[in-house]
Amino acid sequence: MHSLQNILRLGMKELYSLRRDAVLLILIGWSFSVGIYAAGTGFSTDLHNAAIAIVDEDRSQLSTRISQAFLKPEFRRPELISFDEIDPGLDTRRYSFILVIPPDFEKDVVRGNRPAIQVNIDATATMQAGIGANHIASILAQEIERYGKEQGQDASLPLSLVTRFAFNPNLSSPWFSSVMEIINNVTMLTVVLTGAAFIREREHGTLEHLMVMPLAPFEIMLAKVWANGLVIILAVSFALWVIVESVLSVPIAGSIPLFLAGVALYLFFASALGILLGTVTHSMPQFGLMFILLILPMMLLSGGETPLESQPVVLQNVMRLVPSTQFVSFAQAILYRGAGIDIVWPHFLMVTVVGLALFALAGLRFRKSIAAIR
Amino acid sequence: MTADLPGERRAEPVASLAGVRHLYGGTAALDGVTLDIPAGCMVGFLGPDGVGKSTLLALVSGARKIQTGTVTALGGDMADKGHRRKVLPRIAYMPQGLGKNLYMDLTVRENLEFFAQLFDQGVAERRARIDDLTRSTGLRPFLARPAGKLSGGMKQKLGLCCALIHDPDLLILDEPTTGVDPLSRRQFWSLVARIRRDRPHVSVLVATAYMDEASGFDWLVAMNDGKVLAEGTPAEILKTAGASDLEEAFVRLLPEEDRRDHRLLEIPPRSFADHDKAIVASNLVQKFGAFTAVDDVSFEIERGEIFGFLGSNGCGKTTTMKMLTGLLKPTSGQAWLFGKSVGGDGVDTRKRVGYMSQAFSLYSELTVRQNLVLHAQLFHLAPDKAERRIGELIERFDLGSHLDDLPEKLPLGVRQRLSLAVAIVHEPEMLILDEPTSGVDPVARDVFWELLIDLSRNQGVTIFISTHFMNEGERCDRISLMHAGKVLACDTPEALVEACGAETLEGAFIGYLEEAIGTGPESEALEEAGRQAVQPATVAAPRKGFSLRRMSAYSQRESKELLRDPVRLAFALVGTMILLMVFGFGITTDVENLNYAVLDLDRSVESRQYLEGLSGSRYFSGQAPLADHADMEKRLRSGDIVLAIEIPPQFGRDLLRGQSPEIAATIDGAMPFRAETTAGYVAGMHQEYMLDQYSRFYGERPEILEAVIETRFRYNQDFKSVYSMVPSVIALLLIFIPAILTAVSVVREKELGSITNLYVTPVSKLEFLLGKQLPYVLLGLVNFALMTAMAVTVFGVPVKGSLTTLVAGAVLYVFASTAFGLFFSSLTRTQVAALAATAIGTTLPAIQFSGMMQPVNTLDGFGAVIGAVFPMSHFLTISVGTFTKGLSFSDLTASFLALAPAGPVLIALSVILLAKQET
Repeated sequence: MHSLQNILRLGMKELYSLRRDAVLLILIGWSFSVGIYAAGTGFSTDLHNAAIAIVDEDRSQLSTRISQAFLKPEFRRPELISFDEIDPGLDTRRYSFILVIPPDFEKDVVRGNRPAIQVNIDATATMQAGIGANHIASILAQEIERYGKEQGQDASLPLSLVTRFAFNPNLSSPWFSSVMEIINNVTMLTVVLTGAAFIREREHGTLEHLMVMPLAPFEIMLAKVWANGLVIILAVSFALWVIVESVLSVPIAGSIPLFLAGVALYLFFASALGILLGTVTHSMPQFGLMFILLILPMMLLSGGETPLESQPVVLQNVMRLVPSTQFVSFAQAILYRGAGIDIVWPHFLMVTVVGLALFALAGLRFRKSIAAIR
Repeated sequence: MTADLPGERRAEPVASLAGVRHLYGGTAALDGVTLDIPAGCMVGFLGPDGVGKSTLLALVSGARKIQTGTVTALGGDMADKGHRRKVLPRIAYMPQGLGKNLYMDLTVRENLEFFAQLFDQGVAERRARIDDLTRSTGLRPFLARPAGKLSGGMKQKLGLCCALIHDPDLLILDEPTTGVDPLSRRQFWSLVARIRRDRPHVSVLVATAYMDEASGFDWLVAMNDGKVLAEGTPAEILKTAGASDLEEAFVRLLPEEDRRDHRLLEIPPRSFADHDKAIVASNLVQKFGAFTAVDDVSFEIERGEIFGFLGSNGCGKTTTMKMLTGLLKPTSGQAWLFGKSVGGDGVDTRKRVGYMSQAFSLYSELTVRQNLVLHAQLFHLAPDKAERRIGELIERFDLGSHLDDLPEKLPLGVRQRLSLAVAIVHEPEMLILDEPTSGVDPVARDVFWELLIDLSRNQGVTIFISTHFMNEGERCDRISLMHAGKVLACDTPEALVEACGAETLEGAFIGYLEEAIGTGPESEALEEAGRQAVQPATVAAPRKGFSLRRMSAYSQRESKELLRDPVRLAFALVGTMILLMVFGFGITTDVENLNYAVLDLDRSVESRQYLEGLSGSRYFSGQAPLADHADMEKRLRSGDIVLAIEIPPQFGRDLLRGQSPEIAATIDGAMPFRAETTAGYVAGMHQEYMLDQYSRFYGERPEILEAVIETRFRYNQDFKSVYSMVPSVIALLLIFIPAILTAVSVVREKELGSITNLYVTPVSKLEFLLGKQLPYVLLGLVNFALMTAMAVTVFGVPVKGSLTTLVAGAVLYVFASTAFGLFFSSLTRTQVAALAATAIGTTLPAIQFSGMMQPVNTLDGFGAVIGAVFPMSHFLTISVGTFTKGLSFSDLTASFLALAPAGPVLIALSVILLAKQET
């Protein structure tokens, strides 16, 4: 009972402190509004605005039709360039795709000579190259087929494939980017906030002062967890309801309260990690480096930026232990696929277990790390 | 220190102030000061902390920017940049705080070398001067010791040496002896006296809180509340105030309202005949690594006693107190509070103890009332009792008028009373107070002591207090004299003075110190005899323009510090390699091993044939078949599978009849990129199946299209993402790690105080920044070399293009990325802010707008602008270009042209943002 009161009161103190830290509040506000919006609209993982150029040596009706078939938002308006510009264009990453339509292309199509149309792809832009190649091939096929039909040729297929995209029928990117950005911001802000605050309070001697009062380390730590957690949860709720759902009009399939419950568990983990980092490093520069070294893999390898399945199996297994991966999994499951607690509970459990382990570790280091500062 | 003044002092003041006002966020530190400071003598500025002494000295030294009024020093206006540049080499400034402008990781010699280089001294001159200075100060045996490991007194001597390295004409010392033991203090002053003897024209300006040492100065300025109370020779000041000593004189000079509470302190004898032991310490030892902070300390404190710890900073007072409060576990030995062993849980004992740490430990974000309430709550006082108690404390400690103020806004004396109130809110039986009166003015100090005496004498509270003020030591019932972790002596103040045959407690302390260290006054005289006279000042005007030597002074210093922080170095080197390893293998846009499951409602030969196409592919990995639609829904939902193939009933029959049956592929669209790629794979497989079937019937493959689409994946025929990802990750890591490393470098000096060296020495902002940047550029290039080697050997990603081009790009890029960190470091004030700003300022542009995942050419608006200016996008083109595309310089000129200005522009911005004076 006393413990609970202590945790509550110390947490209130944290909230008072936060209220006076204008810079921090602005940072949080920005990250969960403009930051999410920018990520949701500015960046996409699918084919978007691909820079394409066409060397049209035919200049026929068909070649013009082809160049008009590449439309926004997948492609930028194709630029017509000359043959010599192909290599520099790809070398400098000015264009990712360059089509070469040979002379007499249209004539050869009509005559049934099967002329070749060349598609040059900068294969170092890996995320785009593969998808782009498919898109271009189907656009070309469509245009040539349509042209052929007009010329009286016909081909029908014996079997058709219907592809349906579940949960995100139009494969719209803001869905993905905006929610991943929420996850990234939650991780970054929570770890920095708690870790750096721990180091600062240790340097200022206020933690030391708390330690000589009848308080246990876990009370001091839990107070930080709930107070910081509450603020971030509020910010996340705002981001989800207002920015993601209303402004970006992303339909959310599952239950937002369930997702927020998951966020709360994740926050517990992230604050525990922050405090633990604070207790194992001796100074702010060390904390900074350690933070970057941990946070980058957590963000880039969690399955939020690139598919988890493609990683080497060992790495996949390691990453599955990391709560950020679990977070990405359950976030996608709840928000896109409308999954319920019956499906996501293993993820929740995993996040909690890792969080508890780190919290316990931080608790063990707590007293020692304060004593080490002279 | 002679009493008769040089005759010409009135003629030409060394510095003068006229109508100087200086505000810090609305509060005036200096409030209209007009003052002529006589030249060629020793001038003391008296007063407690926060009266404006430091500000005044910083203005005269040129370290701080003048707000209003004029300050002239050495015959010119200090607001004039040209004049400052001319006279800076003639001024030496030693800021407040033990070794504040020194570098703790550098040795004594390296510190001295550093300062000599800042004043453009050649190797031979440096060596001669360092030799001379260390010989005369007795620092010679410690040349190889890091400054951080010196005692407080030695740090100050080193600070003085560093200040004297360029033979200044104006020496400004801000509280040089605060917190230093009395013996070191005496040695310090005799050193200053000797300098003045050798070079009589030198003017020395000293700020001090010790009234006793000021009596030996030539000229005094007493200050209070941003104003000058009085100026004149010590004798004149005593006469004006009608007092017998300076401390008393100071109190009398204070305006009426500031001293109305003041009365002579009387200490009634202890009435308690209680010989219970409140604190027992037995053979306490505390070691930090090889350093013994507390060495075999034992003492006993009786209930109701005021027990004092007297000693310099760093002598082990605080460490001993921390052991008593249970904050530190003793290496050996034991302590008991109220008969209970310290350590273990001891929550009950903690309720009986009040502790006030050196830092005052108030929550600066909480108001006075909130601070009191929080502490009452944490000690679980019942609400009504808490209210009563807080009311009582507010009245007794006279806090009523400040209830809703933040502690930072309070005068130091009030803040200290608040800390005490907070420490006794739960009515503890014992108080442990760690230097509670440092920097507090004499009146406030006496008020504070009245409270302590009341607690002790009237309420029987045991008080254990540490201090470095001798007169406070005299007020204790018993004191321990501490030095270098050891208790030298322990008794009543009178008995100590008597046993030593000294006149004052200070004399007794010095006696014990000399006995302990074994250096009498003679040994120092000996040192002096062997010393040659300092050669006449030969300081040339500072070299105009850029000085390589000054820049390299900073480079050398920064690299030494970096090399001595193995943790940071290891993180930077090994950490980068690990990250490259993890990312190189981990970030891949190859979509493989996709989990799929099949809902086969037909189960015919045809359907099995169709599905073979999937199961044989490396892109797909089959899972247990689906039972029905509900199962499909559930497994897609849980993320167990990303692709479900549904084959309709009678698929085989319909196919043979030519009725075009429909196969449904359901793909998890949550990750659009993966979904698109999967759709492409499925479509490809589907088409392949159809062509296969077709050719089986008709014996030839059909021509579906009237044209051939020749797709050429340039540069990367196998279309493996490792060839583009490894060069991209190198670019990514070369912005993160160097930027984070440099981000704290400048702001750290701001926080620790050594930034003063930029303010008061001839070093320019550009020299300072480039000097700091250079070691990190080198480190970044080492990182680059390691990562390139790893790319070639571990990942098998060869450099197909020009290696020289790649290296040239890396040099420009690392220059830019380190400059990026410096930029944030110049912009911010705290290390936390610098780190957060750099992390957030780098992450989004690096990961999303630099072409790492998606080419820059796809970005619009804001993202496109960032992509165009952010250095990483250009180096990424160079890196991928030279590694994978086989390009050389001529193909990449555009990227080089875009990358090259980034570093210089960022450095230029940093130079603009960084101030050459404190504001």
